[in-house]
Amino acid sequence: MTSLQKPEIAIVGGGPAGLSAALSAVRQGAEVMLIDRDPALGGQLVKQTHMFFGSRKEYAAIRGIDIPGKLVAALEEEGAEKFKPLLDTAVLGYYDDGVILAYKEEEQAMLIKPQKTIIATGAAEKMLPFPGNDLPGVYGAGAVQTLMNVYGIKPGTRVLMVGAGNIGLIVSYQLLQAGVEVAAIIEGAPKIGGYLVHATKVRRAGIPIKTSHTIKEAYGKDSVEGALICSLDENWCAIPGSDLDMKVDVICLAVGLTPQTELLWQAGCEQKYIPELGGYVPLRNEKMQTSLPDLYIAGDMACIEEAGSAMVEGKIAGLYAAADLGYDEKVEEHCHSYCRELEELRAGPTGAKIRQGLSRLNGGV
Amino acid sequence: MLEKTGVPDPEQVKDITPTEERLQKGPVVIVECFQNIPCDPCRHACRQGAIKEFEDINDLPEVDHELCNGCGLCISECPGLAIFVIDATYSEEEGLVKMPYEYLPLPEENEEVTGTDTEGRPVCSARVIKVQNTKTLDRTPVVTLAVPKQHLMKVRSFVRKGGE
Repeated sequence: MTSLQKPEIAIVGGGPAGLSAALSAVRQGAEVMLIDRDPALGGQLVKQTHMFFGSRKEYAAIRGIDIPGKLVAALEEEGAEKFKPLLDTAVLGYYDDGVILAYKEEEQAMLIKPQKTIIATGAAEKMLPFPGNDLPGVYGAGAVQTLMNVYGIKPGTRVLMVGAGNIGLIVSYQLLQAGVEVAAIIEGAPKIGGYLVHATKVRRAGIPIKTSHTIKEAYGKDSVEGALICSLDENWCAIPGSDLDMKVDVICLAVGLTPQTELLWQAGCEQKYIPELGGYVPLRNEKMQTSLPDLYIAGDMACIEEAGSAMVEGKIAGLYAAADLGYDEKVEEHCHSYCRELEELRAGPTGAKIRQGLSRLNGGV
Repeated sequence: MLEKTGVPDPEQVKDITPTEERLQKGPVVIVECFQNIPCDPCRHACRQGAIKEFEDINDLPEVDHELCNGCGLCISECPGLAIFVIDATYSEEEGLVKMPYEYLPLPEENEEVTGTDTEGRPVCSARVIKVQNTKTLDRTPVVTLAVPKQHLMKVRSFVRKGGE
């Protein structure tokens, strides 16, 4: 065990939220240690080959894969001496005296006691129960993206995509770009959940989108050889006789995300189950501060949303974590602009679920 | 319908189609964006002021076809790849459709391809007039197809003959 490290701020998770939090805190003048288990910064951005939506301030029309580089360059420009990334390092625990236990690949475990901690650990994919879901060839959408977009490996030759949210639609498009056939996208809900421009993009390429459809089972001897799908009625019950046999060698699950809040449970933060936000999420105030004053949150871990909002939340968390340490120049001004931006991003019909979830989290019904 | 299938309704398409009079004046943009989502790069891309300023980032782009000169700068800026430029004045029989195309290998100029519709169904034979893939386009190449005039509002993608 190495000696206790004492950065001013530690950020757990180097995705869009964590990187933005780091930039915001470093700009205020604070010293930041950014811890990520992966060998490169960017979190899920490193797989996002498509252009982002949202506002120009949050890199709209820029490809996700290009955003980490821009944020890291900005961080280095602001003060490389204040920014310490710690890669290949998994955070294993958060103790109630505010000490973080981390383990760097092939090195020793280390103890870190920051004055403020920002948790931006993102989300985990949800699983769907059905017979055969343990066969090789059943993937989470994140794994398919990692294989294709990080390592250049095709997951198979013909895919059934389960879920027509943004992830299901985007990954289907990326499969097509990689030269993999997508047999269909099925969605249990009666409507497409993702942005309709993503849907029209894959439809234009000839991929059918079957709403009110679900997977009944995956079959195959040693790996997936096909799937049985069926139609659902308005009560989400299978319609007898609607079974369809699809010959596919990959079943890709894109059935939602849930916040990764384990560290916050360990820390003893108050959390509440809010389905609209993706599951259990920590209570937080407008500063993105949890029920424990030294602990802040941002991004998908705080609520499942777009990367654009995650980046703004990161800026807010970084700003206030720094301000609490006395780096409080122009805090009101920055906060006003960030909060407005967040409000604008959530203002439309696609933000309704988030607005409702946040209002329930804050005590509404 | 669009929300169920991912295919825009003919009514929706009609609403965003320029007037016949405007089409006869030369190239003009078609913005097939039908859902209020937080996104506004198109309006920042337009230097003609043809895509009006948004009051709310969730607004749908509102296009003044009279101000649009069909330059196509917005095509590769749209994260939804929902913007096209059509030119009904190309020749007696044919018009042009400019579209974003993010698949490899890119087609060759003068190549014969099959123009496809919003459901990926073949519509007609089409000819590749131009393939733009500059640094500014940032890996969203823009392909210009010549198609029979009656299919200008139909063809929104293409497949290469003899496979992808």
